Amino acid sequence: MQVELRNITKRFGPVVANKDVNLTIEPGEVLGLLGENGAGKSTLMNVLCGLYEPTEGEILIDGRPVAFKGPGDAIRAGIGMVHQHFMLVPVFTVAENVILGIEPVGRFDHLDLKAARAEVKKLSTEYGLTVDPDATIETLPVGVQQRVEIIKVLFREADVLILDEPTAVLTPQEVDEFIQIVRSLCDAGKAIVFITHKLNEILEISDRIAVIRRGEIVGSGDPKKLTRPELAEMMVGHPVDFDVARAPFAPKEVILDIQGLTLVRDDGAVAVDDLSLQVHSGEVVGIAGVQGNGQSALIEALAGLRRPVAGKVTFDGTDITDASARERHRMGIAHIPEDRQRAGLIGNFTVAENMVLDSYYGPPFAKGAGINWGRVEEEAAAVAEQYDVRTPSVHAAAAHLSGGNQQKLVVARELSRDTRLVIAGQPTRGLDVGSIAFIHERLMAARDEGDGVLIVSSELDEIMALSDRILVMFKGRIVAEYAPHEAPVDKGTIGLAMAGAAT
Amino acid sequence: MKDATQGRVFGRTQLEDLVIVPLFALVAALFLGALVMAATGVAPGTIAQSYAALLKGSVGSIDAVSETLTAALPLVLAGLGLALGFRAGLFNIGAEGQIVMGGLAAVVAGVALADFPAFIALPGALLAGAVTGAFYAGIAGWLRAATGAHEVISTIMLNLISFRLLDYLLRTPLIQKEGRADPISKSVPDVAELPKLLTFLDANLRLHAGLFLTLVMVAAAYWLLFRSKLGFEFRASGENAIAARFAGMNAGLTIVMAMAVAGALAGLAGANQTLGVLGRATPGFSAEIGFDAIAVALLGRSHPVGVLFAGILFGALEAGGRQMQVDAGVSIDLIGIIQSLIIVFIAAPLLVKAIFPWGFRKAGTGKGRS
Repeated sequence: MQVELRNITKRFGPVVANKDVNLTIEPGEVLGLLGENGAGKSTLMNVLCGLYEPTEGEILIDGRPVAFKGPGDAIRAGIGMVHQHFMLVPVFTVAENVILGIEPVGRFDHLDLKAARAEVKKLSTEYGLTVDPDATIETLPVGVQQRVEIIKVLFREADVLILDEPTAVLTPQEVDEFIQIVRSLCDAGKAIVFITHKLNEILEISDRIAVIRRGEIVGSGDPKKLTRPELAEMMVGHPVDFDVARAPFAPKEVILDIQGLTLVRDDGAVAVDDLSLQVHSGEVVGIAGVQGNGQSALIEALAGLRRPVAGKVTFDGTDITDASARERHRMGIAHIPEDRQRAGLIGNFTVAENMVLDSYYGPPFAKGAGINWGRVEEEAAAVAEQYDVRTPSVHAAAAHLSGGNQQKLVVARELSRDTRLVIAGQPTRGLDVGSIAFIHERLMAARDEGDGVLIVSSELDEIMALSDRILVMFKGRIVAEYAPHEAPVDKGTIGLAMAGAAT
Repeated sequence: MKDATQGRVFGRTQLEDLVIVPLFALVAALFLGALVMAATGVAPGTIAQSYAALLKGSVGSIDAVSETLTAALPLVLAGLGLALGFRAGLFNIGAEGQIVMGGLAAVVAGVALADFPAFIALPGALLAGAVTGAFYAGIAGWLRAATGAHEVISTIMLNLISFRLLDYLLRTPLIQKEGRADPISKSVPDVAELPKLLTFLDANLRLHAGLFLTLVMVAAAYWLLFRSKLGFEFRASGENAIAARFAGMNAGLTIVMAMAVAGALAGLAGANQTLGVLGRATPGFSAEIGFDAIAVALLGRSHPVGVLFAGILFGALEAGGRQMQVDAGVSIDLIGIIQSLIIVFIAAPLLVKAIFPWGFRKAGTGKGRS
């Protein structure tokens, strides 16, 4: 089944989300749709899957124009979408989730779960999805849940599958498996639209690439002929420098010294086990590891949000094991939390309010018991400018900013004051290329100015691009250490250590 | 107009949220109130007469306005405290008990300060009310911060304790009026009374100087919430407690402070009643003001200015309701129904928008995201 989008324009009031888009989706082909956050990828696909009606233009299936009144029409026409956020009932089984909404019924309106299970099994083996129809969703890892979403779409006999940022939630191993699945779907004649902002993946997976910027298709081509910098430039609109400029490695005194740190999770399990590490001034230490190996607890403890059960943390010679978050903040420790929306920002607060979230209480912002909002707004506007936080004004709610700008806001708040140690958790998770490059630059600038920088990230590329020293964390311990400035480090070696092979 | 609620220019969304929804909620509630009357066999003429009486009894004369404001003052004071609590993410059900404790403490302090001049006795009595309310609410705050006990449960229980404690204390020699066997407190001495404001017009007009106290407290609550460090902490904790903690704010202290400030305002509401209206404390003198104030805080969208207007509206409904009963013979219970309906509509803004679509911007113009 061939689908063609012809001159599609979608407006929301005065906002043009898509402008005059022409796109063809061919069977047996993976079309990579690349664009930054907010470029209009999801809006376009929501038009295709019937959630929005286009303002102008038409959709043609095998040459015949169609009009979708709702997602139901698109599904019946054979177009199915796997959303970024899964829509599954956690306590139902795989089979129950798959049939939800189109339950096969036997005589006397009896739910024919047997037929459903058989069909799920069949689809699962046909495309190499390996999903147990009787497993309860909440017991399944994220990667498998995603496959259930794919089965849901296949069960509805879709010929065109739209996958919205499918790899955002997957671990590196799961991404590899996922690519296999996409291949087998393709071989079976399905058309795949793969939406992403990750350059490596789109080059690896696609047969054809279309790049969307500000709602318009700005380029397309063959992944075999395109390079990463070319794609990045198309996506962002200007050349992107992938190499982070850095001063020669010149570490000074130890700024952070962790000795025998042991942390326990709320449920009593040991999260960090007798861990010791040091960070020097002027050094970036990167902690690599698959998520869930104690990194979050470690960061929280260093930020003063989790009491250790054993061990000692020293900052610049001062014992800070029991210091509060605010005391650490005052000493010049910056903390970029892992989850900006949960812990880094208050969505309903303005940009200005968020900018002083941890510094409102002292000079120059406090005025007796009050806050000098005029001063806050002035300062916030200046810092937002300096850190390229794109916002209509400092009065806009943080929730209305894009993810990249939200994270730049957090980074601006933490780094715009006098810092000596920066602790950053997943500093660029889910961000577009431009924001990533900007944040990397800022972290590197902090190092070059003589701060110690500790970065925890599950993105190995990020760790390798930034770190002077790489530590691998596995099951609450440091299991490997590499010094890229002494000898080049191989990605595969680190990957093995992350999987626990070094223990 | 610039509104510091969100620290941004007062926009269309705020207008809808703070003004249009409550207004339509009132209209819808009055309409349903009329339906209830019609369904129970009240003649259309009488329904019209009762709403006319509602208007007359609330704003139709100096006396009506005086009664409306007198009824509104404690609702506004207690409502401000509850609004601050809501902003901090605390659902404080305990205003009633804090009113009881604050009102009683104001009487005791007033009696003790009887030999002092008014400029010491009155502030002293008010302060006693506020401090006692703050302490009483602070217990619930401390329980929450130190042990995790939920404030809804603990404040309900503290309410029950306060009712019985009041009954008990009203019979102790220190508080009970001399020569009385029934539970009634000594009278508040003149020096500690909130002076009546309109007696030069008519000796029966009850409006008292609590009006100024209330207006000052509205301004103070506004400043506290939107201009002060403490208010910033309240709002941050209420909006996103995790981010507040990550930003180095002390969660436990914030909870205790928010409860204490809420209690101080409820205590002032109690003192306002005993020093301004009743002249003494009696069993049940709190008269469910603390519960009505929850509705006032919700209707006022937890905004100090909104609470002021919501309190006046509820005061008007109460004063007008009495007139309604007299003129049209419709039970004052109907006013309770209307008040509750308003809150139901406020709690369901989508319902209001569905009934009155022309007051709102069209939905679904949100920007698409990639």
